[in-house]
Amino acid sequence: MVFSALSEKLQETFRRLRGKGKLGEKDVDEALREVKLALLEADVNFRVVRNFINRVRERAIGQEVMDSLTPGQMVIKIVHQELTKMMGEKAEKLKSSDRPPTVYLLAGLQGAGKTTTAGKLGGLLKNQGRRPLLVAADVYRPAAVKQLEVLGQQLDLPVYSDSGRDPVTIATGGVEKARQTQRDVVIIDTAGRLHVDAELMGELAAIKEAVEPEEILLVVDAMTGQDAVNVARNFHEQLTLTGLILTKLDSDTRGGAALSIREVTGCPIKLIGSGEKLDGIEVFHPERLASRILGMGDVLTLIEKAEANVEAEQAKALFKKIQKDEFTLEDFLDQMRQVQKMGPLDQILGMLPGIKPKQLQGLEFNEKSMKHLEALIQSMTPEERRTPQIINASRRRRIAKGAGRSVQEVNRLLSQFEQSKKMMKQLGKAGKGGLPKLPFW
Amino acid sequence: MAEGLVARLKTSLDKTRRKLLAPLEEAVRFHKKISPEFYEELEEILITSDVGYATTMLLMEKLKAKVRAEKAEDTAVVQSYLHSIIMQVLSAASPPELDGAEPLALLVVGVNGVGKTTSIAKLTEYYREQGKSGLLVAGDTFRAAAIEQLGIWAERIGVGLISHQAGADPGAVAFDGISAANARKVDVVIFDTAGRLHTKVNLMTELKKVHRVISQNLGARKLVNLLVLDATTGQNALEQARVFHEAIGVDGIILTKIDGTAKGGIVLPIVAELGLPIIWLGIGEQTGDLRRFDPQEFATALLAEDDD
Ligand SMILES: Nc1nc2c(ncn2[C@@H]2O[C@H](COP(=O)(O)OP(=O)(O)O)[C@@H](O)[C@H]2O)c(=O)[nH]1
Ligand SMILES: [Mg+2]
Repeated sequence: MVFSALSEKLQETFRRLRGKGKLGEKDVDEALREVKLALLEADVNFRVVRNFINRVRERAIGQEVMDSLTPGQMVIKIVHQELTKMMGEKAEKLKSSDRPPTVYLLAGLQGAGKTTTAGKLGGLLKNQGRRPLLVAADVYRPAAVKQLEVLGQQLDLPVYSDSGRDPVTIATGGVEKARQTQRDVVIIDTAGRLHVDAELMGELAAIKEAVEPEEILLVVDAMTGQDAVNVARNFHEQLTLTGLILTKLDSDTRGGAALSIREVTGCPIKLIGSGEKLDGIEVFHPERLASRILGMGDVLTLIEKAEANVEAEQAKALFKKIQKDEFTLEDFLDQMRQVQKMGPLDQILGMLPGIKPKQLQGLEFNEKSMKHLEALIQSMTPEERRTPQIINASRRRRIAKGAGRSVQEVNRLLSQFEQSKKMMKQLGKAGKGGLPKLPFW
Repeated sequence: MAEGLVARLKTSLDKTRRKLLAPLEEAVRFHKKISPEFYEELEEILITSDVGYATTMLLMEKLKAKVRAEKAEDTAVVQSYLHSIIMQVLSAASPPELDGAEPLALLVVGVNGVGKTTSIAKLTEYYREQGKSGLLVAGDTFRAAAIEQLGIWAERIGVGLISHQAGADPGAVAFDGISAANARKVDVVIFDTAGRLHTKVNLMTELKKVHRVISQNLGARKLVNLLVLDATTGQNALEQARVFHEAIGVDGIILTKIDGTAKGGIVLPIVAELGLPIIWLGIGEQTGDLRRFDPQEFATALLAEDDD
């Protein structure tokens, strides 16, 4: 869960702060100390953190806050505003050239995820009605060209390669090929390289000069540590980047590198990648991430996903049942099926306000575990499904046997059911209290 | 080792040394006498090396205790104090025997893109130079062209490769791999695996299965589980180590990409909190770019006086 530990920490601090009627300089400093620690633990660069804290402190101990009736809230607002500012104020789209083909050049350290991202980006643009060509300009790593070719096949996209040639020739050849074959976007995958490798950095500059890309995108692993600032600064100085793509956001990294890199380069984070599947790429929304860090939940993303996937009527009925305490295991199964359509359960729930990361542990579901879940619930009597409280040890054994699963799995299912009921109730309350309403309540 | 290699290792370590040395020396020279500001600068140096907040505080506490005990006043002595404290932390875990006569099975694991396959190529070359026979097993059946990547290394180095089709069951490949290694009486068999985030329960379960298949068919072989970590990674590396260790029991760590500007300070909390030994350093993309991790040298590389 991205940023989860960080947001948990901050939520705690802010809960304390919220309760305060009057705020002294000491309160502000204490709270900011927590913010600082949280950011450092999240891998935000030391100096970036220091600047950030100074900015917030200056505003927080100013008149604005001290005179306000709810100073705690004001500090939170300032932290949130500054954090959002730091990540770029709004989502930014990839630019298109008015003289096609538009060229996107991907660059980054070894193992950042460039090739996979090239494929994902190709897929994304194809879905938007564009006609991308992938260009394999990593001539160094064994089988890198083959890797892109396989991705091209999976996506049904053409891949240009020219073994034996140098990357600059391949890049220009790719753009030429796109022109001849009416492809309107060219995505150039390049070899991973160290930002201090003068020769290879020179090669990228040469590619840039030869093909004049519309976007030069630095692909960065979200798990990067303190060194992110050095990497980003070097790439930016030598290539003048136009944007960043953050990868591996499906990990549990706190992702502070994103903040550092933003601060150092001033380039917007344009896209984020998560997962190894080729559809795992989406537009980056800075304010959503800031909200999430501050424990307000990524409600906007959730609403979009819910609207796209959940049948509203059904969801509404489900929610009524929860409020009336009529939520049964069958409903639970239904709910799981619905939620599963939106994406991985832990990710979905992680976007909700007020959900602590700890509550999400063990909630990773896939198709197989859905099947097991179904089998277990089907092995129950209708009465058991309606009133799970009656499921005692001997019933548990019978249910397990009937489903061909273990008793532990029955236990886990029942505790997940309780957990889920609790969370849904909690959310119901949140929906009433000022937070944006989700479409189904 | 070839002479070019030695020179290269030296340059690479010098670079690591300079990374930490420069700011530390600057602080020593600027402050002369130990003060709260001086301590703050040391904290900054450690944190920006990815040592992490908690471990930095731990090191600083130890340092301050030592300074008090010795009644030290000059910043100049701090360097050697810090060196011995870091040494102490890094020496807490000792690596398994990897150079004996016993035949080995190495299972190489880690998250995506850290350098597993490349490290396997380096290890293969390392054992080949010792005159040992090797066999590689292409257990990454998931990522596009991963099998081909390992195959190219196997061919270049001149060792055998056991592989199945893309998408095949990694457990089945592992079984064929360990069986072939035993039948051919190979000295060192190395298992490549697909990159997997430690947060993916299903993939970790799959890894446990691969591990089980190998350990149940070891014969006289010793199994060593090697976790590959990227030195560029921040605090998340600690979490990676924790979860992989829980899943299969990690015997040692390969820290890659130390040839960049990342300082690899994350190894300190990993050794301190998990007790896992760092065994190898990856210092480049070629088969010769592998260096045995030595706590003394690493601590020196981080802090010591530049001696040339
Ligand atoms: N600079 C540097 N690059 C490395 C090192 N180890 C691996 N790489 C590069 O990192 C990238 C990913 O390596 P690979 O072995 O494919 O990672 P895997 O996905 O974990 O198997 C490749 O471009 C390697 O050449 C190292 O020690 N230093
Ligand atoms: Mg690999």
